[in-house]
Amino acid sequence: MISLSASESSTATTGAAAAAPPSKVGPYVPDAPLAVKVENVSVTYRTTFERTPTLKTAIVRLGRGERAVREVQALKGVSFEVPVGTSLGIVGANGAGKSTLVRTLGGILPPTSGRIEVHGRISALLALGVGFNPNLSGIENVVLGGLANGLTRAQVRERADEIADFAELGEFMELPIRTYSSGMRSRLAFAVSVHMDPDILMIDEALSAGDAKFKQKAAAKMQDLMSTARAMFLVSHALGSIKELCNHAIWLHKGELMMQGTPDEVTAAYTKFLQVGEDAFSLEDL
Amino acid sequence: MKEAETSAAHAANRETVQRAEDAGYLSEVQVYEPHRVGLPPLAPYFRELWRRREFAAELSRAEMRSANTRTFFGQVWLVLNPLLLAFVYFILLFILSRRADGAAFFAHLTAGIFSYYFISGSISTGARSVVGGGSLIANMAFPRLLMPLSAVRTNFYRFLPPMAVYFVIHAATGQQWSWRQLLSLYFLACMIVFASGVSAFFAALQVYFRDTASFLPYFLRIWLYLSPILWFIEEVPHRLAPFLKFNPLFPILGGYTDLLVRGDVPPPWIWVAAPLWAIATAGLGFLYFMSRERDFAVRL
Ligand SMILES: Nc1ncnc2c1ncn2[C@@H]1O[C@H](COP(=O)(O)OP(=O)(O)O)[C@@H](O)[C@H]1O
Ligand SMILES: [Mg+2]
Repeated sequence: MISLSASESSTATTGAAAAAPPSKVGPYVPDAPLAVKVENVSVTYRTTFERTPTLKTAIVRLGRGERAVREVQALKGVSFEVPVGTSLGIVGANGAGKSTLVRTLGGILPPTSGRIEVHGRISALLALGVGFNPNLSGIENVVLGGLANGLTRAQVRERADEIADFAELGEFMELPIRTYSSGMRSRLAFAVSVHMDPDILMIDEALSAGDAKFKQKAAAKMQDLMSTARAMFLVSHALGSIKELCNHAIWLHKGELMMQGTPDEVTAAYTKFLQVGEDAFSLEDL
Repeated sequence: MKEAETSAAHAANRETVQRAEDAGYLSEVQVYEPHRVGLPPLAPYFRELWRRREFAAELSRAEMRSANTRTFFGQVWLVLNPLLLAFVYFILLFILSRRADGAAFFAHLTAGIFSYYFISGSISTGARSVVGGGSLIANMAFPRLLMPLSAVRTNFYRFLPPMAVYFVIHAATGQQWSWRQLLSLYFLACMIVFASGVSAFFAALQVYFRDTASFLPYFLRIWLYLSPILWFIEEVPHRLAPFLKFNPLFPILGGYTDLLVRGDVPPPWIWVAAPLWAIATAGLGFLYFMSRERDFAVRL
């Protein structure tokens, strides 16, 4: 039985300086100035049943008096604070709301209720494919991504070569993204995110598709960035990466914040949860 | 106070905090809250839009590259398409209704159809811009208005080769040259502003009703007939005249072609109505778009 009462976990985190810090990441400092503050945030997706909403179906529905939208509560009243210097790991099952949380923090999705404060510029995120237009070449996408992110043309040009080098795509940079494998896309996505000089870096499963060598390189780059970025968010199913690269972690389940604490505590609880199954599990068991 | 807070921190973190304070970011906070009235604060929105204008330009350039617009045959196609349409209408109207002013009418018709192609192209490309920009919208935060504006830019560049051909037609049909033709630029500016507004409106509408694009061609065809393209302004039957004047394209396209083709200076009300329509349309179209834009990422 893992013993982790709320009070114990909080002393473990507040006494971060005393606790052994994860390998090369600085310690979690709870009373540092805040980089991100999330207050009671809920996000509800409103989607239609059919894949594409049309005027035709809207009129047909109206005629039949049916409700046209289905609501999906992706986040339910989530609150937490992220001080400067935090590298936050986010774990949870598929559909737990991790991507939704990251996109809300990035200002892409408006919260349905609650409030988010972000101090600083956020990088282009995230999951596989970032903001890629599949018909344009890798290099065109890099330029577009940089410009959309607010870099100047000169800054983008400066970085385009670095990004191409880092992603190790060679002549594929000139080919349309639709010709890439998912590993190549994720390498490019990662390279773009980390070369935007973000104040706050967010990575959503972008490491999962690279090969082992690229993963190591990516991990090294992230540790590097942690010394300049104000905060980092890492969504990953690889609990090893979370333990290695993060100094704090949260666990989301079905849109709710199940727990937060050190990466070791959170991943241990999450692993146990996965083993015993949802029904047999309650937080009191811990 | 801050020193005390950070004294425990790892050296790298202390440095980060220091850099953050130097950069003054602690005062520069972004707050995301639910949007009720829905409009983002306008001044920062447009400042950000202006700062990222290069993005819209690059998006439009990349799209033109991938559509081969810049190759020689790409350009020929851009001209051929509206030119053939002009021939069709010319045959229809000149031969069937036996117009006497063949050359002048043909010049007017091509100028009108070429500019209408710019407007309708901006609207239909703009309508697809947000829905077609799927993963850019889903994964990046930027003022979304850049997407329809980029579509207008693309169509403006597609409009230039036909305009060059127009001047050949102008010479070949023996139309007059005059300094007053330069005044048509005033109406061209109105046309661009107007097209941007309608484009933004349909871009947002398309997110909610994906079949908007299939209704658009009918709408655009009817609008073509109601605009002073297939007929001259002064030819409007008296009973219809009061209504046709409420077509925004009446002053905008009418003023443009009158100046460009015939060097006729339009009456003052045309000079006033054209920018009023353009600004009002852009204002409403942009406001509608901006009030919906944070919803797009959820809906795509
Ligand atoms: N665009 C969308 N429209 C409707 N529902 C969505 C959309 N994106 C995600 N969801 C729903 O929101 C929930 C959370 O999804 P997500 O944040 O992607 O989870 P995770 O990244 O943890 O796997 C899921 O139930 C998913 O079905
Ligand atoms: Mg996800």
